Amino acid sequence: MTTTSKKAKERPWIMRTYAGHSTAAASNELYRTNLAKGQTGLSVAFDLPTQTGYDPDHPLALGEVGKVGVPVSHIGDMRALFKGLPLDQMNTSMTINATAPWLLALYIAVAEETGVDRKLLQGTTQNDLVKEYLSRGTYIFPPGASLRLTADMIAYTVNEVPKWNPTNVCSYHLQEAGATPVQELSYSLATAIAVLDAVRAGGQVPEAELPKVVGRISFFVNAGIRFLEEMCKMRAFTQVWDRITKERYGVEDANMRRFRYGVQVNSLGLTEPQPENNIIRIVLEMLGVTLSKDARCRALQLPAWNEALGLPRPWDQQWSLRAQQILAFETDMLEYEDIFAGSHVVEGKVREMVEAAEREIADIEARGGVIEAVESGYLKQRLVESNATRLRSIEAGEQIVVGVNKYIETAPSPLTENLDEAILTVDPKVERAAVDAIKEWRNKRDAKAVSDALTKLRDAVRKGDNIMPPSIEAAKAGVTTGEWAQALRQVIGEYRAPTGVSGARMDQLQAPGNQEKIIGLRARLTELEKQLGRRPKMLVGKPGLDGHSNGAEQIALKARDVGFEVVYEGIRVTPEQIVASALEEGVHLIGLSILSGSHLELVPQVLEKLRAAGLHHVPLVVGGIIPEADARALEAKGVARVYTPKDFALNNIMSDLVELLAARLRPHAAE
Amino acid sequence: MPQSEVELAARVAQAEKLAVATALNSVEDRRPASLPLIEALLRALASMRSVDYGQRVGLTGPPGVGKSTLTAALARAQREKGLSVGVLAVDPSSTRSGGALLGDRARMAFDPHDAGLFVRSVATAGDLGGLTYSANAAIQVLAAAYDRVIVETTGVGQTETDVEQVVDTVCLVIQPGSGDVLQFIKAGIMEIPDVIVVNKGDHGRLAQRAAADLAGALDRLRTAGMGDEARSWKLPVLVTSARDRTGISELIEAFEAHRATFTAEGLAEKRRQGGANWAASLFVRLHGEHGLRFCGDRAQLVAQMRRRLEQSEQPVGAALALSDAYLRSLRSIG
Repeated sequence: MTTTSKKAKERPWIMRTYAGHSTAAASNELYRTNLAKGQTGLSVAFDLPTQTGYDPDHPLALGEVGKVGVPVSHIGDMRALFKGLPLDQMNTSMTINATAPWLLALYIAVAEETGVDRKLLQGTTQNDLVKEYLSRGTYIFPPGASLRLTADMIAYTVNEVPKWNPTNVCSYHLQEAGATPVQELSYSLATAIAVLDAVRAGGQVPEAELPKVVGRISFFVNAGIRFLEEMCKMRAFTQVWDRITKERYGVEDANMRRFRYGVQVNSLGLTEPQPENNIIRIVLEMLGVTLSKDARCRALQLPAWNEALGLPRPWDQQWSLRAQQILAFETDMLEYEDIFAGSHVVEGKVREMVEAAEREIADIEARGGVIEAVESGYLKQRLVESNATRLRSIEAGEQIVVGVNKYIETAPSPLTENLDEAILTVDPKVERAAVDAIKEWRNKRDAKAVSDALTKLRDAVRKGDNIMPPSIEAAKAGVTTGEWAQALRQVIGEYRAPTGVSGARMDQLQAPGNQEKIIGLRARLTELEKQLGRRPKMLVGKPGLDGHSNGAEQIALKARDVGFEVVYEGIRVTPEQIVASALEEGVHLIGLSILSGSHLELVPQVLEKLRAAGLHHVPLVVGGIIPEADARALEAKGVARVYTPKDFALNNIMSDLVELLAARLRPHAAE
Repeated sequence: MPQSEVELAARVAQAEKLAVATALNSVEDRRPASLPLIEALLRALASMRSVDYGQRVGLTGPPGVGKSTLTAALARAQREKGLSVGVLAVDPSSTRSGGALLGDRARMAFDPHDAGLFVRSVATAGDLGGLTYSANAAIQVLAAAYDRVIVETTGVGQTETDVEQVVDTVCLVIQPGSGDVLQFIKAGIMEIPDVIVVNKGDHGRLAQRAAADLAGALDRLRTAGMGDEARSWKLPVLVTSARDRTGISELIEAFEAHRATFTAEGLAEKRRQGGANWAASLFVRLHGEHGLRFCGDRAQLVAQMRRRLEQSEQPVGAALALSDAYLRSLRSIG
C-alpha cells in the first residue's frame, strides 16, 4: 500500500480492559502488564463484597472474595492496587456504584499521600444506581438516598476533582438485561435527567456552574451484534442529549453538551458453544461504536472470547486488546470525517429512534420520573418482558445465533481442548488470606481515630452534609469498606428492589413455535398436580452477592408460564434464607442461579442446610456459568441437575424439571 | 382420630416450623380423597387452642399500595413486642397455565433464624370459592401455631367480603392520590373494613390530605345515616409509611382495640359464620350445582352448616357429613 499524502489520523479512543482479581497486589501486576502491552487506561473490576459494602470476613462475602474483581477493603489495599503507577497520569475507570463515594475517597486519599493534587486526578466512577436496581443488583440504599449520594459526589468533584467523571450513566447493563435500543436510550437518558435534577434541586452547586456539571456527565453504553442499528443508536444518543442539555438545563456551550461515552461491547450475546466465534462477534460489535466519527466512543473495553465459560485469563484479554489496536492503527478508519454524514438511510433510522426515545422519556416523566418508575417496578417489568421476547425468538429460531440454534456442527476446537484450563480460576486461599489480613488491619490501626471518623460520617449523612469530606477523612483513618457502608446502612437503611417478574405479561409474548411445547408441559404439570395433591411449587433462589438476575427472572417467568407456582425472592439471599423459604413455602423443587463463580462455596451450603431442615427430599438444580468439572462435583454432592448457558432452550429445561419431579414421585410419594 | 395427625397437630401447636409446613402442605391437598385426613388434622388443631385465642387480621386493597411492605413492617413490630406471627400471602392472580408467581417475599427482609415468624404464599387461581376455600384451612394451621395471623391479599370488591369471612379484623389499605377512596364509598363496600389505612405516608401532605378527605367522607355518610353509625365500632382512618415504619404501632393498637370489642360469644359467632361459609363452599366444590339444589339454595346450605357447627362439628367435618348424606340420598333415589 502506497499513498502519497497520508492523512493525519484522529487520536484513537482510550483502550481499556476490565480487570482485577484475587488481591490488590496481583491486580497491580496485571495492570502494569496491560499498560506495557499498549493499553491506555485502567478499568478496575472490584469484587462483589467491595461493591456491596462488606469486608472479606462478613458472612455474605463467603466465596466471593477476589472472584469477579479485586477486593479493596481499606486505604492499604488501594495503595497496593496503584503501587508504582503515577496517579496524575492515569485515567482510571472504576466500576463501582453503591460504594462509589468510598472508593473515590480512598483513591483521593492515596493520591494525596503520594503528593498528587486531587485536581489532577482523571477517571470515572460508574456510580449509576438506577441500572443497579434494574439489572446489575449491587445497590445497597433506597433510590432516593442513592440519588443524594450521587449528587454529593457531583457537587464535590465539580470543583475539587474537576477532571473526574463522577457518574457514568449506564445503558450497558440495560441491554444486558434485555433492553431494546429505544429502551436503552430512554431509560439511561431519563436517569441522567433524574441525576441532574437532583443536583439542581440540592442547592450545593450554584446555578451558574450547572453547565460544568452537565459537561462532566458521561455515559457507558453497550454495543450489540446488530452493529448498524447500534451505530444509529449512538447518533440518536448524541442528538437527544444535545436537546436535553440545551432545552432543560440551558447549556449554551456546545462542548458541555457533547455526549461523551465509553463502551463495553455486548457480553449477553457471547456463546458457550463454539466460543471461538465470540472474537468475531466482539470485533463486529466494536465497529458499531467506532465507525461513525460523530458518535465515536471515548473509551472502549472489550470482553474476552471465553467469558461465557468463566473468568478470562491474561492472554484472552490480550486478544481483545489486540483487536482494538488493529482497528485503530492498521486500518484507515481514523483517517476519515464521519462517513455516514448525509446518508438518508442512516438519518431515517436515527430519526425513528430519536422520536421513539423521546416519547418513552416523556412517558417516564409522566409516571413521576425514573426513581418512581424504579420503585413501582414499571421499568424492571418492561425489561423482563423484553428479555423474555428475545429469549423466545432465539429458542424459536427466529433470531439466529450461529453455533447455538443454527450451524451447530463443529470440529473439535483446539482452543477449548482442555476446557478447565481455558479459564482463570481464583485460588480459594485468596479468601482465607483476605479474611486474616482484614483482622490484622483492624488490630493495627488507631481505634479512636476510626470511631471518631465513623461518628463524623454518620453525622454528615444524618444532617445531609456532603458525604465526600468525611469519607476521605475516614479513608485516611483506616476505616474499612464494610465499616463505611455499615455506617450509612445504619442511618439510611437498606433497600430491596422490585423483581419485575410478578407483573410481567407473558401470554401474548409467546412465540408461535413454542405454543405446542408449552401446552404439552402444562398438561404434564396438571398430571403431576393430581399425583401431588397440589400445584407443583418451585423456589427460584439467587444466593450470594451476584446481582445478575436475568437468568433467575427468566426461569421464574417460564416456570409460571408452564404452570408451576413459583416463589422468587429477588437477589442476594443467603443459603439460610433460601432453606427457610423452601421449608415455609412447601416447595417441591429448588432452582439456584449463580453467575459469580462462587457456586462451589454456596451450593454445598444450601444442600447441607436443606438436610438439616429435614428437606433432603427436595431436589435442587443449579444454573449459571459453571465449568464442566465443577458441575460434576456439584452433582456428586447431591445436586440433581446443572444448567449452563448452552442450555438456552428454556422449554427443554422446563421439561427436564417436570421429568425430574415425576421420577421422584415414582417409587413413593416424596411427601 | 389418626394418631399421626394428633402428633402433627401437637407439633404445630409448638410452632415447630417443619410441622407447620407439613400441615400446610396437607391442608392444601385438593384431592377429595384427602379430605378425611385434613378433617382429622384440623380437628386435632382445634382441640389444641381455644377458639378465642390469637388474632387474625386481613390486609386488602388494590395492587401497588405497599401491602407487602406494610405486612413486613407489621410482622416486625409484633415480633419486637414478643408476639409470634404467621403470614399468609394470598395471590389471586390467575393465568391460563394455572401457574402463579408468588413474589411477596421479595419485599420482606426477614431473619431466617426467627422461629416466631412464618410466611406462606398461596395462589387461589381458578379455585372455586376463591379465598374462602383455600385460605381457611391454612389460617387454621397458622392460628394454631402463632399469636397473630396476617392475611394479605390483593383486590378490590369481592375480595373484602371474602376476607371478612376468614379474619377478625379487615384492614383496607389505600394510597394517597389514587382516587380509590371515592370508588370505595360509591361501591358501598365501606361497611366491610374495620380499619382504613392510607399507606405511603412518606408522600407527606398528600397522605394527610387523603386521610382527612376520607374521614370527612365517612362523617358525611354517618350524618346521612349511611355509614357505620349502626356498628359499635367507629371506623378509624390511619396514616402509615411502611417504608419509613411510621404509624405502625398505632395501626397495631387499632387492631387490638377492634379485637377487644368482641365478646367471647361474639367472636365464636363470627368464627362460626366464617366456618359455615367455608363448609358450604367446600360442599359446593365437591357436588356443584346439583349438590346445592339438594340443600335448597346457598343461604339454606350455609344455615345448615351453621347448625352443624353449633353442635361442635368442624367445618370440613360438617361438609363431609353433609356430603355423605347427599351421596346416600342419591343412592336411595337410584
